[in-house]
Amino acid sequence: MKAGPSRTNRPDNTAFTQQRLPAWQPILSAGIVIPGFTLIGLAFIGVGVALFVTSQKITDLEIDYTGVAATSPCFKCTSFAAENCMCQMEFTLTTLFEGPVFFYYGLTSYYQNFRTYGVSKDGYQLSGDTYYFNNPQDSCAPYQYDSNNNPIVPCGSIANSMFSDTFQLYQVVNGMKKQVPLDGKGIAWWTDYNIKYSNPALVNGSFANAFSGTVKPVNWSKPVYELDPTDQANNGFLNQNFLVWMRQAALPKFQKLYGRIAEGDYAQGLPAGNYTLLINYSYPVISFGGTKKVVLSNVSWMGGKNQFLGIAYLVIGSLCIVMAMVMLIIYAKYKFTDDDEDM
Amino acid sequence: MLRRRLNRLFGGDEKRVDSRTIYVGNRPCPATETFIPPKFCDNRIVSSKYTIWNFLPKNLFEQFRRIANFYFLIIFLVQVIVDTPTSPVTSGLPLFFVITVTAIKQGYEDWLRHKADSEVNKYPVRVLEDGQPARKDSEKIKVGDIVEVVEDETFPCDLILLQSSRDDDTCFVTTASLDGESNHKTHYTVPDMEKDLQSLSATIECEQPQPDLYKFVGRMHIYKPEHDPAVRSLGPENLLLKGATLKNTKKIYGVAVYTGMETKMALNYQGKSQKRSAVEKSINAFLLVYLCILISKAVVCTTLKYVWQSQDGQDEPWYNQKTEKEKGTILYVKMFTDFLSFMVLFNFIIPVSMYVTVEMQKFLGSFFITWDRDFFDPEIEEGALVNTSDLNEELGQVEYVFTDKTGTLTQNNMEFIECCIDGFQYTAFSSELDSFCVTDGPVSTFQEKAGREKEELFLRALCLCHTVQVKEAGPDELGGDQVDGPASEPLRPAEQRGFIASSPDEVALVKGAMRYGFTFLGLESKTMKIKNWQNDVEEYELLHVLNFDPVRRRMSVIVRSKSGDTLLFCKGADSSIFPRVRPEEVERIRMHVQRSATEGYRTLCVAYKRLSVDEYAAADAGLREARLALQDREEKLMAVYNQVETAMSLIGATAVEDRLQEEAAQTMEALQGAGMKVWVLTGDKMETAKSTCYACRLFRRSTELLELTVRTLESGGRRREEMLHDLLFDFHRKAVQDAPPARAGVNRSWSSANPEYGFIVDGAALALVMNPSPDTNCSRYRSLFLQICQNCTAVLCCRMAPLQKAQIVKMVKNSKGSPITLSIGDGANDVSMILEAHVGIGVKGKEGRQAVRNSDYAIPKLKHLRKLLLAHGHLYYIRIAHLVQYFFYKNLCFILPQFLYQFFCGCSQQPLYDAAYLTMYNICFTSMPILAYSLLEQQIAIEVLLDNATLYRDIAKNAMLRWGPFLYWTVLAVFQGLIFFFGVKYLFSNPALQDNGQVFGNWSYGTIVFTVLVFTVTLKLALDTRHWTWINHFVIWGSLAFYVVFSFFWGGIIWPFLKQQRLYFVFFNMLSSVSAWLVIILLIVLSLLPDILLGVLRKPRGPHTQQVARLLARPSLLQPSSSGACL
Repeated sequence: MKAGPSRTNRPDNTAFTQQRLPAWQPILSAGIVIPGFTLIGLAFIGVGVALFVTSQKITDLEIDYTGVAATSPCFKCTSFAAENCMCQMEFTLTTLFEGPVFFYYGLTSYYQNFRTYGVSKDGYQLSGDTYYFNNPQDSCAPYQYDSNNNPIVPCGSIANSMFSDTFQLYQVVNGMKKQVPLDGKGIAWWTDYNIKYSNPALVNGSFANAFSGTVKPVNWSKPVYELDPTDQANNGFLNQNFLVWMRQAALPKFQKLYGRIAEGDYAQGLPAGNYTLLINYSYPVISFGGTKKVVLSNVSWMGGKNQFLGIAYLVIGSLCIVMAMVMLIIYAKYKFTDDDEDM
Repeated sequence: MLRRRLNRLFGGDEKRVDSRTIYVGNRPCPATETFIPPKFCDNRIVSSKYTIWNFLPKNLFEQFRRIANFYFLIIFLVQVIVDTPTSPVTSGLPLFFVITVTAIKQGYEDWLRHKADSEVNKYPVRVLEDGQPARKDSEKIKVGDIVEVVEDETFPCDLILLQSSRDDDTCFVTTASLDGESNHKTHYTVPDMEKDLQSLSATIECEQPQPDLYKFVGRMHIYKPEHDPAVRSLGPENLLLKGATLKNTKKIYGVAVYTGMETKMALNYQGKSQKRSAVEKSINAFLLVYLCILISKAVVCTTLKYVWQSQDGQDEPWYNQKTEKEKGTILYVKMFTDFLSFMVLFNFIIPVSMYVTVEMQKFLGSFFITWDRDFFDPEIEEGALVNTSDLNEELGQVEYVFTDKTGTLTQNNMEFIECCIDGFQYTAFSSELDSFCVTDGPVSTFQEKAGREKEELFLRALCLCHTVQVKEAGPDELGGDQVDGPASEPLRPAEQRGFIASSPDEVALVKGAMRYGFTFLGLESKTMKIKNWQNDVEEYELLHVLNFDPVRRRMSVIVRSKSGDTLLFCKGADSSIFPRVRPEEVERIRMHVQRSATEGYRTLCVAYKRLSVDEYAAADAGLREARLALQDREEKLMAVYNQVETAMSLIGATAVEDRLQEEAAQTMEALQGAGMKVWVLTGDKMETAKSTCYACRLFRRSTELLELTVRTLESGGRRREEMLHDLLFDFHRKAVQDAPPARAGVNRSWSSANPEYGFIVDGAALALVMNPSPDTNCSRYRSLFLQICQNCTAVLCCRMAPLQKAQIVKMVKNSKGSPITLSIGDGANDVSMILEAHVGIGVKGKEGRQAVRNSDYAIPKLKHLRKLLLAHGHLYYIRIAHLVQYFFYKNLCFILPQFLYQFFCGCSQQPLYDAAYLTMYNICFTSMPILAYSLLEQQIAIEVLLDNATLYRDIAKNAMLRWGPFLYWTVLAVFQGLIFFFGVKYLFSNPALQDNGQVFGNWSYGTIVFTVLVFTVTLKLALDTRHWTWINHFVIWGSLAFYVVFSFFWGGIIWPFLKQQRLYFVFFNMLSSVSAWLVIILLIVLSLLPDILLGVLRKPRGPHTQQVARLLARPSLLQPSSSGACL
């Protein structure tokens, strides 16, 4: 062998270059898979049972108040002529509705996930950047400027179509209506409320002045800075209902949180009895075949009532067990003969 | 093509005439009154593709000619022009990346070509100007210039040799870089050339440039003031080709006839055609399927959208009014843009990143071949070489192997083994001994020697009858025969004498004689000197050399000894010598020759003849006359040769061994065991080739040989055509029709009891089959022939011309089922078949580097082919096949939920995933694990693959990329896609997923689906990974971690450049929901269940898989613990 530079031609003798890196070489053998399946099955069944029981314990009550049927108390409000229409829905609880009770409103056939709808807002505007108050982004069209070419704040379809029905819940005690307090705070994501959205700075000490030169969305009855007349802090872009609405729903059938019943006499829940739901009916859904409902529900660690998860866990858990059994039988029957010589 | 046509159009009149006239020295000649310097192209070589100016447009144009790139460009443009759901960045960025990387790579390669070109073009040459050599750049040479070339220089253009420094008016060249033949060839000056080139006034008329290296026709008119113009005919022996190197000659002068791109070398340079692997074809087929899926998805969605919108109140619900612009658009335009938008939304199903990953895999993967130490050959100190990485996986798909014999199966390292003098056998073992000793061969029982006289005569014949030259060099450079090419074997002190010869056999013979004590000292001015046993120097005058040619298959010399005897020594193939010697001498030798031939030696017979004065005079006159003949020179010479070489007496025979390559037999056996059919294509004669085949165990004793050769064709005494017809049908009946039909033939033939057939065909017979005369009805011959060949275990084609080799490869390649072919060879004569086959392998042999340069892969030895195919090929195939399937799979289950989502968002092209996820999915989250897998996976250990050649059959015929597996992957993807989407959808039937009652929106939905997706596809790959190196662990777990970290990062910051902070805190909130966790786990497990189940239940296929399991010393399928449980 010649010495010297020629040696450098020889490829390196490393594990990597020679494809001899130490390697773990697992094989999906029945010995692993059968116990594995059994374990997974058992675990899933356990989780499934827990989920199922939890979900069963959650009570929820849905009240459809669309008013399509003529018998519905809200039928009168479905005609166009009706303005400031109020309707009442009555319901009875036979047992205590355990608290804290969450008050949702739900819509169906409502496509908050339309692409053009979803982009129709101005993030900069909503973060309180006043430059965009006067110059809303094009994505807000056709709710960018009103017919007089005044900029709309908050602009865009989402804001414009904000859910406008309001609810009041009364317990009928001895023929008297006793209002159940609905807490509208803490219903939006914390980050939405505290970081993502923010109101413009006050101008001359006035909040309304910050919005001067702009107009309210076409469909709104009040400007954004007067959304909640009862609580000055709950106005502007930080109005909780507004924030909830701005987070678009994933599917055309959705529900959004409206408030919580967790105060006063109702901290433990809604006691058995008769209740009246007073609705300020203003949000049209019949034109596109949608429905409106109110959902009263309590929640658990897994969220609202959802049977799917528990059942799915139970089914798949049992499936795993069954498959483990089947595999065991197959291997017991066919495989031992082959493997004998190895053992 | 186009350029050639343009050239023809604009080339002017000069192009159209059949010949060109060249004025030697660019001087006007008396005969032509008006000297119009003709215009020829200059001597510049351009192999580069681009210039600085046209690089960008031309390169971009070429890149976008690739259908995939064009497709992505279109998608990108649609995104730019039309209002689409995703931003142009999502597809523009990856495309830009791909295009840039490719452009840089190609630019770099072209820069290298530019450099090489300018090196050639600026090479200094000396051109005679006014009798004085003037230095010039090579590119400045004009046609008609007289160029000076000195020893060891390459010729800068095609030259007609005018003058040589050698006194015999010859020069030696080697054309190793042209055709790979490293021997020295003799070229002649134009006859009767004047010494003073300055006063030479001549024109050359010659044909237009054409690529055939061995053809040249021309005429030279020499004008002398007082004489009539003399005419000299010019042939290829006068033409020095650009690229050849001057050897053993101090200096020559030649006149340039073809320059630059018109030289034969440039015309012969054919850009290697792009070879495409079967995998690539599969990819393209799958792409078409996915394109159909894509288009149908878009069509379905567009249709549904308009159907849905036609319902009352859904077209424009009050909460989602259209803009003025939308209202103004015509319906059909809207439909079309909607269609395009859907295309854009779903276009991720055909990922640009797949091309990048496949390219990277091929490029990086090919390093494992170059790095493999098993391919390193200490003799030449080189390892394997990869010229094309595009074909890595094709190595795992080979069905036919075409191998050259000399230099590939054998070492092309001729060694004198034995000789037979007058019927007595001698071997060359104890060569150190001064005495010429007898050995213990099978015949040695005689323990007799031929007479001393005969021995001496025989050795003199060996020393004289050749065209070997002694290397005229200093003592340092001695040793290492020139024939051996650049990689000469280490010095052996006993043989420190360099010989140069046109054939390695001759060197072996001369060396053999030297071992026996007769040393050839050299040829000096027609005198050959040899040193005999007594260390006396004998001198012989060389009168004539009757050159070797393949038709006569013999060569002779006529010499005159000091004593005045005129002797003719002749050596040649037995078949050509035996008829020309006295019959009674033949029998004694014939036995030895045949025995040697069956042992695989190359045999030559040696004969001599004493010429009387009259005989010599007649022969001399005949030879001289024939040599000077201007017409039919060859035929006339042949006639004289035949006349002289008669009535000789046989002295003996020699046997030269061309040893088999190391492990040639094992390699061939392994290849056959792997289900490959091995065909030997050689230019050698049948007997030798046959014995090599036996030695390599391609033919066994049980093999029945079917011979279709000139011999069998002529044996019947009938016309060749008839005989061919009969034989073909006969063989066809035997090998094809009578073969049991259910013979899983190709696969199990080696183990079955069926008779095996070996088929032998020679060049002449092949020519008859391939180009049958028109009168016979033999269009069927080809298919018959092919069927016979395909049913034989081994096929030997001997006496093949290089082109015929390629013809055979082409025939098989284009036959039914288009099998994958591999050609392996080491010489220039193999280049055509190397280029023709799907995979061309060059052996870094001794016949120059031509084969290596034209090959796709080069290996030092034949034995390396085994590992290259069985291990590397197998692994590469599995890797890339899995890569391709996985890529399609992961993109289908990526996009399917997005498609399904359209049904729940009014077909409004709402993307399910955030743009960042859409872009990053293929680039970051799921790309690295599969790349690592496709580089490192070894489902079966390399040793096992090497030991069990039959494993190769498991992946034959593109097994992992056929429609079956593709369907499996597609179904799996659809299943998982459905699970992802609907699982989350049912969860979202109540979007209040947090324990504080807050609800999730659409981006949470998408993020949950995406999380399940990323984890599932990564874990699916983890399930498929059988070889977990730390790299696999790192990338698989790393990508998952990266996904999580990225999601935190992406959702944790308000990004100022984003218009909408869609994902802000979505990921955090998702993780704070127990339900989301639970659904993610559930869906991942559910998605992977069927795959795990199949993996366990899939029965081991055939006996070998179990064998493998055993070999790997793995625990059997049931481990004791569980088996105990069930017992």
